[in-house]
Amino acid sequence: MTTPGSVLVVGASAAGLTTAEALRRKGFEGRLTLLGAEAHLPYDRPPLSKQVLSGEWQPERAQLRPESALAGLDVEFALGEAAVGLDATNRTVKTERGRELRADAIVIATGVRPRAFPGSAGVGGVHLLRTIEDTLRLRGELSRARRLVVVGDGVLGAEIAATATALCDKVTLVGPQAAPMELQLGSAVAKALAELHVERGVDLRPGVGVDGLVETDGHVSGVRLATGEVLEADAVVVSIGSIPATEWLAGSGLTVENGVVCDAHCRAAEGIWAVGDVARWHHDGLGRSLRLENRTNATEQGLAVAANLLGEPRPYAPVPYFWSDQFDAKIQVFGLPGGEAELVEGDLGFDAGTGKRRFVIRYRQDGRVSAVVGWNMPKQTRLHRAAVVDAFAQVAAPI
Amino acid sequence: MKITVYEDKCCGAGSCVMAAPDVFDQRDEDGIVVLLQEAPGADQLEAVREAASICPALAIELDEAA
Repeated sequence: MTTPGSVLVVGASAAGLTTAEALRRKGFEGRLTLLGAEAHLPYDRPPLSKQVLSGEWQPERAQLRPESALAGLDVEFALGEAAVGLDATNRTVKTERGRELRADAIVIATGVRPRAFPGSAGVGGVHLLRTIEDTLRLRGELSRARRLVVVGDGVLGAEIAATATALCDKVTLVGPQAAPMELQLGSAVAKALAELHVERGVDLRPGVGVDGLVETDGHVSGVRLATGEVLEADAVVVSIGSIPATEWLAGSGLTVENGVVCDAHCRAAEGIWAVGDVARWHHDGLGRSLRLENRTNATEQGLAVAANLLGEPRPYAPVPYFWSDQFDAKIQVFGLPGGEAELVEGDLGFDAGTGKRRFVIRYRQDGRVSAVVGWNMPKQTRLHRAAVVDAFAQVAAPI
Repeated sequence: MKITVYEDKCCGAGSCVMAAPDVFDQRDEDGIVVLLQEAPGADQLEAVREAASICPALAIELDEAA
């Protein structure tokens, strides 16, 4: 493989920027361009639903790197300019301004966009959260709203509900699962999270679907549940999952199926790579394809793509990791929770000394450790990670 | 080199400890990063670079010129 003379990274968030930084750190000296749809310098998303929404951080604090560090990268930033098309054969990206950018290698890092609730477009007081603007708009709304309903009980919905309890009088969290984040935490830990939310005053409505939004004079006034009950609301956050931002790849010749389909080296086609939330790649350890929407994956996959792109073949087979901070709980997840839960540290009840829950749960599925999940025990959780590493490294026997 | 850690950004992942165990640790009680040496020797440079680049919360700053 020859080293490319130029690289174009499409997407200027964590995954795209990490890839660019890693290329430079590995000695890539060619032309490097970072094309981003948002006008801002690259910023980090995990703080949006927590420190930025709460007001604890000024938005600038979420910037990924200081300007001086970005200047030192010798990268041509093309920000506020979305990609609208790709010619994979000629490795040319068309932008919304009508420019055509060609490079020897292209890295797709366009991330995901939040799924909207059907019929909610244009209704006042209904929010999605992905960008810094979304966050500031929601923050402004919550300074006026008394009753917030969060629709969707995944990571983002649970975090927003937790943060919002400090900002408005009444917060309701609605979702189809038996407990918030059940899919991401496993049922044993999700149960503890449900208890924590209730203790802190969240009106939790588990196991229920949402039929629609109720609108009064162009502004949302309630959420109608599948049971017929209407929850009154001054503001609604919709956090019902994300869709890979791949519309611009229509007609490109790449395989797009719930993300850009890649091989074990995160390669989508000759000279084309994908990284971060948008990439569905083959995880050799699991023996199946995987797409991860978490912050750690953006970085780790960026490092792997940079290595692969420069001709140091490195199959990408990470142990997935994410964290979530809600109220006084610091939750750490290594692996993909599921199966039987076993308490390996601490106690599911309150610790007499700290007044907090502190525990580590290990999940086992099909005879393998599938995950370890820690609650206010980050260090101890990491020390149990090794059990998960083994499970994710069991590569299928060579033929 | 000079290393700065931001405790308020730290999420407790422990990635830094895995990358550079001679330079970083975590507090037992809350998992927050502990800097074992502020200005480690050159033999630690690669490991510290790795730690700073993989930190998912951007809580580690490395000044190589210092």
